[in-house]
This record gives sequence, C-alpha cells and structure tokens, in this order.
Amino acid sequence: MPELLLELFCEEIPARMQVGGARDLERLMVGALSDRGLMFEGIKAFSGPRRLTLSIVGLPAQQKDVREELKGPKVDAPAAAIEGFLKKTGLAREQLTVQSSPKGDVYIALIERAGRDTATVLAEVIPEIMAKLPWPKSMRWVPGEAVRWVRPLRGIVATFDGEVVPFSFAGVESGRTTLGHRFLNQGAIEVRRFEDYEAALKKAHVLIDAEERAAIILADAKTAAFAVGLELIPDEGLLAEVAGLAEWPVVYVGAIEDQFMDVPAEILQTSMRTHQKYFALRDPKTGKMANKFAVVANMIAQDGGKEIVAGNERVLRARLSDAKFFWDEDRKRTLASRVDDLKGIVFHAKLGTQAERVARIERLAGEIAAKIGADVEKAQSAARLAKADLTTGVVGEFPELQGVMGRYYARHDKEDAAVADAIRDHYRPVGPSDAVPTDKVAIAVALADKLDQLISFFSVGEKPTGSGDPFALRRAALGVIRILLQGISIGSSLRLNLREVGVNEEVLSFFGDRLEVALKDQKVRPDLIKAVFALGNEDDFVRLYLRVGELQAFLGTDDGKNLLAGYKRAANILKAEEKKDGNFIGKVDEGLLPEPADKALHAALANAISAIGPALDKEDFAGAMRAMAALRGPVDGFFESVKVNADDTRLRENRLHLLAGLRAALHRVADFSRIEN
Amino acid sequence: MPPKPAKAKTFQDLILTLQNYWAAQGCLILQPYDNEMGAGTFHPATTLRALGPRPWNAAYVQPSRRPTDGRYGENPNRLQHYYQYQVILKPAPANVLDLYLGSIREIGLDPALHDIRFVEDDWESPTLGAAGLGWEVWCDGMEITQFTYFQQVGGIECDPVCAEITYGLERLAMYVQNVEFVYDLAFNDQFRYGEVFHQNEVEFSTYNFERADTEMLFQHFKDAEKQCQALLDGDRKLPLPAYDQCIKASHAFNLLQARGVISVTERAAYIGRVRALAQACCQAWLQSPQGAYTPRFSDKGHG
Repeated sequence: MPELLLELFCEEIPARMQVGGARDLERLMVGALSDRGLMFEGIKAFSGPRRLTLSIVGLPAQQKDVREELKGPKVDAPAAAIEGFLKKTGLAREQLTVQSSPKGDVYIALIERAGRDTATVLAEVIPEIMAKLPWPKSMRWVPGEAVRWVRPLRGIVATFDGEVVPFSFAGVESGRTTLGHRFLNQGAIEVRRFEDYEAALKKAHVLIDAEERAAIILADAKTAAFAVGLELIPDEGLLAEVAGLAEWPVVYVGAIEDQFMDVPAEILQTSMRTHQKYFALRDPKTGKMANKFAVVANMIAQDGGKEIVAGNERVLRARLSDAKFFWDEDRKRTLASRVDDLKGIVFHAKLGTQAERVARIERLAGEIAAKIGADVEKAQSAARLAKADLTTGVVGEFPELQGVMGRYYARHDKEDAAVADAIRDHYRPVGPSDAVPTDKVAIAVALADKLDQLISFFSVGEKPTGSGDPFALRRAALGVIRILLQGISIGSSLRLNLREVGVNEEVLSFFGDRLEVALKDQKVRPDLIKAVFALGNEDDFVRLYLRVGELQAFLGTDDGKNLLAGYKRAANILKAEEKKDGNFIGKVDEGLLPEPADKALHAALANAISAIGPALDKEDFAGAMRAMAALRGPVDGFFESVKVNADDTRLRENRLHLLAGLRAALHRVADFSRIEN
Repeated sequence: MPPKPAKAKTFQDLILTLQNYWAAQGCLILQPYDNEMGAGTFHPATTLRALGPRPWNAAYVQPSRRPTDGRYGENPNRLQHYYQYQVILKPAPANVLDLYLGSIREIGLDPALHDIRFVEDDWESPTLGAAGLGWEVWCDGMEITQFTYFQQVGGIECDPVCAEITYGLERLAMYVQNVEFVYDLAFNDQFRYGEVFHQNEVEFSTYNFERADTEMLFQHFKDAEKQCQALLDGDRKLPLPAYDQCIKASHAFNLLQARGVISVTERAAYIGRVRALAQACCQAWLQSPQGAYTPRFSDKGHG
C-alpha cells in the first residue's frame, strides 16, 4: 500500500522544541487523516536540528466512496428554506426525491461522493496542519504574509507513493529534494520514499532520529571516556539537548587545566553544562570528577578535531576563569557578613525582602527545632545563613547552586558542620526523586523554609490554582509531608503539630489534599485520609498516617466491611428520619430496650465508647479498631431482629437514639460517611 | 570547498575583511553613528530603517558603550567600550545564513575545521520596544555572532522582516588571533589593542563608576526626554533629531545605572520612559519620506 513521506526543512530549530514539534505534527496528521476517513497502518515522526520528518505507511490510494441521504424541508416549506437546502447539498430541485413522512412529504437529497485520491486530500491537509502546528514560539519572515514557523522554512519534501504531493506553504513549493548536513554535504538530494530518504540522509551525514543520535552520543562518549581511563557522568537532560544540536554528532574529549581543579566540582560541572553543554567525566576508582570533558560537535573535522578541541578548551578556560574568580572573591567575605545584604533583595512585592523572609524562617526553625529535639541554636544559625549565598557571585552566575555554595562558604568560615550541611540541605527535597534531609538541624530549617513559604503566600492570597502554581507551593507541601513521614517505616518518626508553629486551617486543608496525592504511591486510600482529616484537620501527619493505616487494615477485615455496611445502613435511616423530625442525638432510655438485640447493642456501644476514647488518646489505633470490631456482631444482630421505625413512637425514638450513638462512636475514629465501599 | 583564505591577522584586518565582504554582497557601507550608544542596534540605520517597506541592506562598525561592563582594564575580555560589526538585511534573503557563513570563511574560520552551530537565542530590547528570534552562533563552543530576525521595533511589527547580524569584533578577533587577553590583540602590525584602548578603559571605568556627575546626568536625561517629545509634537515632526535625543537619554540612563543611583523599581520606570521615546520616534519615522517610501517594483534583495 502507498506511503507518505513528509519532510519540513527549516533553519535551525531550538533544541527544546524539536521533539514536541514532531509529536504535534504526528498528532495533527493522525487527526486530519481520520477526519477524512483515511486509515493507515503505521506512522513515525522524527525530529532534528533542521527538519521534522513524518513517514506514514499503508495508506489507501483513495478515500472510500460516500453515499448518504439528507432529509430536507417539507415540500410545501417556504421557498427560502428549500433554496437553503439546495445550496447546502449543491443539488438542483429536480435532483431531489420526495418521501412521505408523518408530517407530510419532505425532500430527500441523495448525496453520493466518490472517494478522492489520497494524494489530492494530502495536498489539502498538509498545509492546513502546518498552519496549525503549535510551536511554543514562532516567527514571521515572508513579506506581507502572516504565516509563521519556528524559524524560516526552506524546503518541503512531500511524496505519496513516490510521487510529489503538490502544495505550497509560506511560499515554499513541495518537491522531492532536500539537503544533507550543513557542512559535511554538498548539493541537493533527491528522494522518493522513506527508505531511500533515511539512507540518503545518513550518507549525507544526517541522522534523522533523535533517539538514534542520543544513543550514538552516549555510546561514543562512554567509549571516549574509557579510552582515557575515565567514565561518563550520566546526564539525561544534557543528552537530550545535545542530541538536538547536531545532525551528525561527533564526540571529542578535551582537558580542563589543573589550576581549576581546586574549584568545587559542582561549579565546574554546572559551568560546563549550562554554558558549554559539555559532559563531565570522572575517575571510576575514586568517583571524583576528572580533568577532562566530553563535547559533542556537529562536525567531522578535517584535522581530526584538533582545532575544535583547542577552541573548546580555550572557551572553557575563559568560563572557568570567571567561575574561579567568583569563587575566590566570594570567600573573601564571610557568609555571616552577607546576611545584611539580603535587605536589598526583594523576595516578593507583598512579602518584603529576603532579609525579612530569613528572619521569619529563623524564628520558625528555632520553634520547630525545640519541638523535634534538634539543637535550637544550630537550627537558628543555619536558617540565618541559609539564604546568604544568594548574594555571592557564584550563585549569581549559577542560581541552581544555591545551598550547595552556601555549604562550601560556611565550611570555609569554619561554621559547625551540621549548620553547613543544613544550609545545603534545607532546599531538599527539590523534586520527587530527591532525598529528604535526615539530620535534625537540616530538617528543622527545611521545614521552616517550606512552611514559611506556604504560610506567607497563602496569607497574601497567592494560592495555587488549577492551572498554575507559580510559587511552587504544592512542591513545598509535598516536601513537608515527605520530611515528616520519612522515619515511619523504621519506627522513628517526627512528631510535630503544625498548628503550634503557625499553620492555619486553610493551609492545613491544602495539606489534606496534598496528603492524598503524596500517599497514593503507598496505596493509602484517599477517602480514608479525607475521613480522618474531616474530624478536624489533623495537624500531626504521623498520627494521621498511623490512624489511617490501622483504619485501612480494619476495613479490609470481615468485621470492618460488615461494620461499615451497618454504619451506612444506620446513617441512611438516620438521614431519612432526621429529615422529618430533626436529629436523634440523645440519651438512650435503658428501660425501653425490649429485645435482646436492643440490649446487646446498647451494652456494646457503652463498652466501645469507653474503650475507643482512651485508645485514641494513647494513639493505640489498633486498640480503637478492636473496640469498633466488637460492635460488628451486635450491630448485625440489631438490624436482623428489630424494626427501627417501630409503631410505638417512643420505642422508635429510642432505637434512633441507639443508632445515633453508633454513628457518634464511629465518628470518634473517622468520619465514616466519607468512606467509600 | 573554496580555497582557505588567509586569516584576518589583525583587528583592523578583521574589520576591513568584513567591510569588503559585505560591500560585495551589495550592502551600503555606513560609518558609526556619532552618538554614544549601547549597541549597533541603536544606530538609526538599524532601529529606524528596520521599519517600513523600503528594502535596506547596510553594514557598519559601531563603537558600543556599556558603562556597567567597565573593569578598569583588568578583565581579560570585558570592556565598557568595544566594537560591534552590524549587518542589516531587509528583507532577509532566503540564503542569509549562507551569506553569513561566507563572511566567517572570509575571516579565516574554515567551517571544515571548526564546529559551527546555531543555538537558540531570542533577542529583546525593552528600551527599544524591540524583539526578534534567532541564534547565538557558536564556533567551537564560543559565541561569535548574534543573529536575529527582527519581529518588532519600537512596538511596531516589522514587515518585511529583516535579519540583523552582530559580530562582537574583539571577541572574534581574540578567537582568530588565538589571544586570551583582549589587550594583547594586534590592532595592526605596530599596535596592540591595549596600547590603543587600555588607558581609555581605566579612565572611563573611573568616570562611569565614580566620577560621572549624577545630578548633571539626571538633568541630561530630562532634557533629552523633553526635547525628544517636543520634536515629535505638532505637524512638523522631526523623527531623526528626536531619535538622537532618545539615544542620548538611553546613554544617560546607562551611566546613571553604572553610578548605582537607580534602584530596581526605578530602573523599570526609566526603561519605560526611553521605550516611550523610541516608540514615538519609530511611529514618526514611518510617516516621514524615507520611512514611508514604498518601492515601485519589488527589490529582490539577495534572494
């Protein structure tokens, strides 16, 4: 079956937009083809620095014929209505047929459309989807036209079954010729089908597939590192980026001058990565960063890469001279002396300067430290120094090294080791895969930093919305949760009542939602978190976690399931009756319990209530569940043998009191109405 | 491959090579504008000529002043006064990147031996209300050129779109001459760059950071702003003299910033004031004879 080959060739596409561009092209094409009834067997999209390529196989040569009947107006309808129908169908009146219907005779148009050639349809479809392609940022370049593309479009290859699909876009006519590598190939390349296209481009030093380029870079970089006795420090993000910067990637290895090897490895690596897009290498034995780097060029140089390596080494020398200059300058002042400089930096228009923020965090870190058994003074010093590195030259140049540099400078100033580590670790966890701080001083500062962020931004109304979270409050809340719950599995948990450190109900509710998300991975049921949270925004997440855990285990047992069913039944009855007569919360009349089942439930409730309260107070959640489990038999027995809505109104009321008592007892543990079956 | 040309050995060779190359491509070879400015883009041959329908191909050297970049002559590659080579092609010809690569070959950087890349870098000048899309051109990992397709200048959409090519001449020369310290560049056979410009850097750094009279500069800014607005008022608008005042206001602002007397919040307001002047000049330019000039038949440029 015929195939489509489409290549959109343009000036260099930003690396970050290539993969998305190919994906969007594929998506739009699939949609457009299916809208037009064209099915196919396979589609593949590729992207690179100068081209997007689409290959579709197994297309039919023609659309299927279409035959449909359209019902029109009544024969005696106003002329305008009939005219409209003729216009819509493109038929003349004598081509319509008449059919009788219950409302009278109506016109029927029989429309038969022969399927069109796929090539003709494609010539229509491709420019349409090109116009729709949502580049993150695009430009105009054709005089007098509003047409946009990511960078000027310079060529289009479009062949169907080997023949050109004729159309034009942005003044570029489609054809069957393309160009190879910008420097490693001369002249036009003629192609007919994907197979020869891919091979011809490979001969012309273009690899069209980003994944293939990435795989080659990775393999070559590893080999090159191995050849000099080193290994590559893996960097997925960088790999994807450099795969978008070369049509024919070639790895070269260069050297870092010894004078820079005293500079912290993080600075070297960040400088190489962000400015130069080099991979760092390390010594496989020591794990230490080595004085070599790998650069991915887009060129097989005639001199074997001598000039390229020398050039890159020179650029790196200049870059690292700058970095080293900052590193040396930064250490001429102590971190402590920089705290004052934070007064000049605005944190947020409504929340004052960084200095004010640091003062809040310091106070909070002290309070938290006292409650979790961390050294209060150390926590306060760490908090005071935590943001001081924002005023240093290195962090000014490489913002991602905040914290990391603070630790280096603190060590240089002979600050306490725990304080220095806390300065680095208080940003953690930075993302879902990042570790949480484990030292208590660091924990106190990390919690203080994140809680201040949440409390402050909520207080000025800057809350996350469905579409946006510009101040990363969700991440902050998730960080707090992960830090607090970290020790649970090993039995050493952090107990902190968030209300006592200034967290209000609004922020706590926000935490409630985040808890559901955070604990999903551990298969904790969100409805149970809701049920426990509903009792009044639990502000000790360890307690919440333990309680929900026991509840979930209990609901997995037979007793649990049946008790929940009994609860639902009781709650439904109460809901119906309370609608009529108001609530039935009240003391049960012990003299009015005629059946054994009445008496049994009453006695069981009294036992349960006296057991649940103390168990909860002792945080013996298993005990509380056992107390609830004891209710199951009497509850089942009650519903089996008595009629709640007894004819005797006093008896009915007493039994409803019993059920209200059951509901109240269970609600001590969790709001059972929020529990799903 | 064309034969490898001789490298532009000295700083002035580099300039001459570029002048000859772009002259051969049909560019007007203009001279630097006689006002202090932060970049070649401020030259009316770019800012104003980028607007309007008339095709325009020009190239020139522009001394560029960035007071805050002064390092008293001690930094290996940072200068408060340096040279840009600016090329403006309107409309941007379809082979504009090849033309550019031709210039790189001409100055002795053979693409067969080097790794030349176009790395995304969009350009924006809040002071000029201008923006464009383009790249930094890298040679073996070093940025040697800024390439931009203008989309907007003075808040006005550019149509036709022009290409702007800006070479940082000192940086490029350092690469070509294999020199690590800018003052070691050979300016010609007799003079090093430092002999020509080192004292200039020391004195102007002192002036920019310490001695410039801020009261006077604030007054200059106000005067320039007022004069600019006056020249654009009424029926007899004078966009070119008005734009001169806009450039002067911009430079006064840059000096005030170097003197550290403009706070972060004020900064945005000052930039906004210069932008308002630039926009007014650009609008007036489009009503002027050259700004409104529409060619009778379409000029094909380089296509």
